[in-house]
Amino acid sequence: MSGTWMTTRAWLLMLPLLVVMVAVIGWPLVDTVGLSFTDAKLIGTGGNFVGLDNYTNMLSSTNFSRTLVTTTLFAVISVAAEMVIGVLAALLLNQQFHGRAVLRALMILPWALPTVVNATLWRLIYNPEYGALNAALTQLHLIDAYRSWLGEPGTALAALIVADCWKNFPLVALIALAALQAVPRDITAASLVDGAGPFNRFRFVILPYLAGPLMVALVLRTIEAFKVFDIIWVMTRGGPANSTRTLSILVYQEAFSFQRAGSGASLALIVTLLVTVLAVAYAALVRKSAGSAT
Amino acid sequence: MLKSIGKTLLGAVFVGGLLVPHAFAETSLNALFMAQAAYSEADVRAMTDAFTKANPDIKVNLEFVPYEGLHDKTVLAQGSGGGYDVVLFDVIWPAEYATNKVLVDVSPRITDDMKKGVLPGAWTTVQYDGKSYGMPWILDTKYLFYNKEMLEKAGIKTPPKTWEELSEQAKIIKDKGIVATPIAWSWSQAEAAVCDYTTLVSAYGGDFLKGGKPDFQNGGGLDALKYMVASYKSGLTNPNSKEFLEEDVRKVFENGDAAFALNWTYMYNMANDPKDSKVAGKVGVVPAPGVAGKSEVSAVNGSMGLGVTAVSKHPDEAWKYIAFMTSQATQNQYAKLSLPIWASSYDDPAVTKGQEELIAAAKLGLAAMYPRPTTPKYQELSTALQQAIQESLLGQSSPEDALNTAAKNSGL
Repeated sequence: MSGTWMTTRAWLLMLPLLVVMVAVIGWPLVDTVGLSFTDAKLIGTGGNFVGLDNYTNMLSSTNFSRTLVTTTLFAVISVAAEMVIGVLAALLLNQQFHGRAVLRALMILPWALPTVVNATLWRLIYNPEYGALNAALTQLHLIDAYRSWLGEPGTALAALIVADCWKNFPLVALIALAALQAVPRDITAASLVDGAGPFNRFRFVILPYLAGPLMVALVLRTIEAFKVFDIIWVMTRGGPANSTRTLSILVYQEAFSFQRAGSGASLALIVTLLVTVLAVAYAALVRKSAGSAT
Repeated sequence: MLKSIGKTLLGAVFVGGLLVPHAFAETSLNALFMAQAAYSEADVRAMTDAFTKANPDIKVNLEFVPYEGLHDKTVLAQGSGGGYDVVLFDVIWPAEYATNKVLVDVSPRITDDMKKGVLPGAWTTVQYDGKSYGMPWILDTKYLFYNKEMLEKAGIKTPPKTWEELSEQAKIIKDKGIVATPIAWSWSQAEAAVCDYTTLVSAYGGDFLKGGKPDFQNGGGLDALKYMVASYKSGLTNPNSKEFLEEDVRKVFENGDAAFALNWTYMYNMANDPKDSKVAGKVGVVPAPGVAGKSEVSAVNGSMGLGVTAVSKHPDEAWKYIAFMTSQATQNQYAKLSLPIWASSYDDPAVTKGQEELIAAAKLGLAAMYPRPTTPKYQELSTALQQAIQESLLGQSSPEDALNTAAKNSGL
């Protein structure tokens, strides 16, 4: 069989997928780009062409810069915490001990819960009048009066990050655990014979095996954290005083609450661009680390 | 030849259409309601069951969302081409819904009996630019609820008539150690905060807009926010109010952790239900207070209406359903969580029995209902005000600065 026929056949086999991709991703994207140059409303007429106005207005607004800072803070801190806690949990669950299977199954639970359920749960925990967190902290004498965790700008974002970590570290742990189980026993045994301590064994023997899969987890989680919407919408709706408003909430308000579809589209594209840049940068890192591991 | 066959076919279809008995043409309506406050979900289902029993050819699919999702869900469903036949809408949306053709003008469908029977104030809920975009269904305003036992313990004979008095009484209650933070409000970054603010704006005689431009940053609008900040800073107001919605206020009041609370009608019978509430039997209700020299009582128009959407393929059936849901008979039957829109219901012992105090407060409060501004840009204005309220409470900016910023960001 000739090479060109193989290529043609490959393309033919991929054709249905390509058609679907163009229909569900390509066309809406093109449509959104077109929309972002107009002053279209969500309902009603198509709107007039306004050039780059939506972009310049959005990028120069204090709302945007403030929201970008909040989103970045949220993404960086929560993803970093999820990576650390996830790896530690994986190392723990990789040990042989009684009840390990039960613990592994339990760990998946937060991740399997729908985000809205998770958010409602944490709202109850943080409740300023009857919440479990206040009760626990006062009984431990760590605070002397009940506090409004989601009502103060200083603590609201931190409280959201904790809730997000609780939900998402299991994903990192799961990926890390799978990678850990691929580490050959004889290598870890050899490092023990050579006298490597626990830290060195982790750093030089185990981590190279983890690096690739953890990079994948890092990319996935960063992209998701950057787009965070539901957990924040349920818990604070961006408050108090907009201190927890992220980019996705800004897109939602602009496009749906205020019905400015054009302006909302431009903002959504800015967010898409930011996330794409992050993803490409990470992908380059993954390739590099994959190269160094082998 | 072809043409005549076509005509014959067309004629046959037409005649056939006339011959099909109406009862066989089952219509299915989609209706969107909210899942909280006023009528409960169970009430709406029961009312709808009664309607379908009387109209077996009309099926109604009900959907419930929290208040916070009602507006966006309605608009999104419309924008995406699908959608509802009947939607519940808040008093603040008719301007926007009319401008963007979400709801249809139903003025010609409103009968003389409806015009005469429904309280005049209730109509403001559904009107914009002289046209009616639905029927009022939930007639509501914020009342001042108080804990009778706590006031008695503090030696207070009558509940406050002015906001000044409210602060004084709250201070006595706090100083006597009866309850740590006597007043509960819903000041979360949400529409709830704007409703409490509006109640105060009405007491201080302020205006939201003047000649289409923001005016809340001056006079009564500014006084209202100053009162909120002072009450918050004095410790008389529960500091957690800034993350409360109405249901949080209800829980705090029902748990006996507040002497005063501002909330909608529905709280009265719920707080008096011993199954739910620790303060059952001790709940007092009066209209929200006024300001000496400016107003006797204050009230925000928090009513809601039922309307037919512009995309509905069955507007006649949809209207039939709305007429049933808003009828006096239906409303009287479920008057415990939401007071009827019909004037004569208030003289009907079946409605008033067991809630005489609420009815007395309602007569004053409903007559004083103050509207939030009718503008297609309401959502932007409200979002800007919510931010101003929260920034002032948190001390991030003064009420003056916060309201000036809100005026700039209001989109008007």
